[in-house]
Amino acid sequence: MLMQPDQTSEQVSATSAAPILSLNRVTKVFPGVTALSEVSLELFPGRVTALVGENGAGKSTVVKILTGIYQADGGQIEIDGQPVRFPTAQDAGDAGVTAIHQETVLFDELSVAENVFLGHAPRGRFGLIDTAAMVEKARDILTGIGAEIDPRTKLKELGIANKHLVAIARALSIDARVVIMDEPTAALSQKEIEELYELVEELKGQGKAILFISHKFDEIFRIADNYTVFRDGALVGSGAIEDVTEAQLVKMMVGRDVSQIFPERDRNVGDEILKVEGYEHPTEFADISFTLRKGEILGFYGLVGAGRSEFMQALFGITRPSSGAVTIDGKRADIRSPADAVGRGIVYVPEDRGKQGAITALPIFQNVTLPSLGRTSKNGFLRLAEEFKLAREYTERLDLRAASLDTDVGNLSGGNQQKVVIAKWLATQPKVIILDEPTKGIDIGSKAAVHEFMAELAAQGLAVIMVSSEIPEVLGMSDRVIVMREGRIAAEVSGVDMTPETLVRHAAGI
Amino acid sequence: MTDTIRAIPDRLQSPLERRLKSWETLLFAVAVSIFIVNSFTSPYFLNAWNLSDMTFNFTEKAMIAFAMALLIIAGEIDLSVASIIALASTAMGAAVQVGIGTPGLVAIGLGVGLLCGAFNGVLVTRMGLPSIVVTIGTMSLFRGISYIVLGDQAYRGYPSDFAFFGQGYVFWVISFELVLFALIAVIYFVILHKTNFGRAVYAIGNNPVGAEFSGIRVARVKFILFLLTGLMSGVAAICLTSRLASTRPSIAFGWELEIVTMVVLGGVSILGGSGLIPGVVIAAFVMGLVTFGLGLLNVPGIVMSIVIGALLIGVIALPRLWDKWRS
Repeated sequence: MLMQPDQTSEQVSATSAAPILSLNRVTKVFPGVTALSEVSLELFPGRVTALVGENGAGKSTVVKILTGIYQADGGQIEIDGQPVRFPTAQDAGDAGVTAIHQETVLFDELSVAENVFLGHAPRGRFGLIDTAAMVEKARDILTGIGAEIDPRTKLKELGIANKHLVAIARALSIDARVVIMDEPTAALSQKEIEELYELVEELKGQGKAILFISHKFDEIFRIADNYTVFRDGALVGSGAIEDVTEAQLVKMMVGRDVSQIFPERDRNVGDEILKVEGYEHPTEFADISFTLRKGEILGFYGLVGAGRSEFMQALFGITRPSSGAVTIDGKRADIRSPADAVGRGIVYVPEDRGKQGAITALPIFQNVTLPSLGRTSKNGFLRLAEEFKLAREYTERLDLRAASLDTDVGNLSGGNQQKVVIAKWLATQPKVIILDEPTKGIDIGSKAAVHEFMAELAAQGLAVIMVSSEIPEVLGMSDRVIVMREGRIAAEVSGVDMTPETLVRHAAGI
Repeated sequence: MTDTIRAIPDRLQSPLERRLKSWETLLFAVAVSIFIVNSFTSPYFLNAWNLSDMTFNFTEKAMIAFAMALLIIAGEIDLSVASIIALASTAMGAAVQVGIGTPGLVAIGLGVGLLCGAFNGVLVTRMGLPSIVVTIGTMSLFRGISYIVLGDQAYRGYPSDFAFFGQGYVFWVISFELVLFALIAVIYFVILHKTNFGRAVYAIGNNPVGAEFSGIRVARVKFILFLLTGLMSGVAAICLTSRLASTRPSIAFGWELEIVTMVVLGGVSILGGSGLIPGVVIAAFVMGLVTFGLGLLNVPGIVMSIVIGALLIGVIALPRLWDKWRS
């Protein structure tokens, strides 16, 4: 296709340039589920295409097909109009397609530079890896994305946000024409997100085609040029971003109108249920004291690394505090393990679903009943009928979507995995539920469902602790907010003081 | 539509259907074919007493293999089992010299097994050491003690009623060991497949962190598994010592590898997380049939060890090929 000569470089319309990569009526079928049904997608040079859809809409499947992890069962992939096939991930890389995944596999024991260049390290004499060149190149890429990381450090010494930046650097180390970003900002702080946006602009300037997958509408409208919406594995709409509103996108995604308003709640706060006094850890946090009442939602806000998750895991018995006391329902509780915590009625929905939250290789019903086996069994002997009954009761309350209760949790989408984890804990009939970033990386429809559900739980008298880094969520859901900074409680705010400004001010220490 | 309430079915595939397509079914076919081949190649094979003798090739090893299966499913391993037999047998032999009777000997055999298992368990679960390293260490340690005590001597003189465990018959050709083997198989089947404890074993093997986060006491479960493996080694020590009526420090030498082979052949993933007791039962028969069949054909011992080695490599490779074939 010809470029029109009078075009300004500023605004290239979607139809004027030929797509670098296009999917033509691609279908992917898994046993029992059609993950993709004849979907089409076009990626243009120098443009960002946002791919939006609820969890389970087929976004990740498309990414896996484009990167050679899955093979399409029908339709075709074209690059520059030529049909191509990606039998392996290597083939996709060779064709110029690279991806920044939600969970890129990195290696803790290798250096940052080795992680960035694994598989395509610069070679020196005799075909040996040229370490000096590799470190230099890695440093260039890292500086380019604004990451202040020494390429020689071992990956395990980095925090989660920096690991994510290494994953991004890894994707950029391949000289690609098509860059897929699968929720790249999920683990990043605001400053790093800004730098990522700059990077996206730079890649656009280089004429690369970018596929950007995100659940955050503000960033979609900020950086995307085009949009494509999937619902239940089918294409429901695509076009230029300026021709669409947020409400229209949401409607396309969920097939109905969804209010972005947080659920109205009867603030029906009861007696004190949990009291934490002077919780202290040698390195992670210090002097944490607060109380929690029945029916209350207590928000924990702070920057990434403020010690919120570390404290919650200590409260749940994963790590042991050096000092401090917990009182539940007026009784002192000595919590030395998660089993103790569960026994006392404290449960924890971790941020890391795949590793800590669910046992992905086991079926849904076994995940749900795992902490409740004492109730479903008789004298230590399993009773499968009781297990299915309990699992059905709680997964239906959460509107779980799955082929059967015997399906392995690993086959579910992120939002549905989260539902299984929450169902598992609700089935234990807890007194206090701790939710650590409960809506991170899940779509807007599931988000609203989780919020509604939290409100419902609080209304039933459950005490909820919610760790969240999303200010609207914290303000919209919480009765009170504790702000943590550098392992300590910086402030406790409630009522009219609960404003975005106060939270940010206390979190940053200004 | 997204708004309709969808009822999620319990299962899509019935447990029976799943079972028919399983590794265990294939293994059973292998066992049957070996049986048929054996009955053609040797005229002595299809004889009730010979077949009864055949079972002694695997009964003692299989008793340990059941406990080992649970341990491997939970993501750990115990390579010291054969050395526990040596130490337990040596302890019983020493007890005989000071005139302790059969009930005392049984208690000593089981007690030494439990102690050794506890020692492994403490090192792994309390000190957080990898079980493969710990049990390679205790493999040398336990047998080393036997060598120090016995040198090139042997303990003999076991009481005559002690002989029943390894030489006694319950009914016709059905030996006491075979009955014990069947009983232990049933017990371990129930433990692994029908109890909360068994469910915890699978959860731990698939994801120890997730299991811990789900309120399972991972260290306690693993400790119990090491205790059980030690205990079963004690049981096997009693049977084997009784059958041989003597104790040398080289007793049961190299058994740990045959036991691990049996477990892996039975379909237990060496990486942990999956495997079934019926598979181990069939694998026990397969190994017994192979060694006995070769024995009847007067195949020398060194060739048998080559066959066992080939079997081990084969069973590690076969499940991979099997998975590929199925998908």
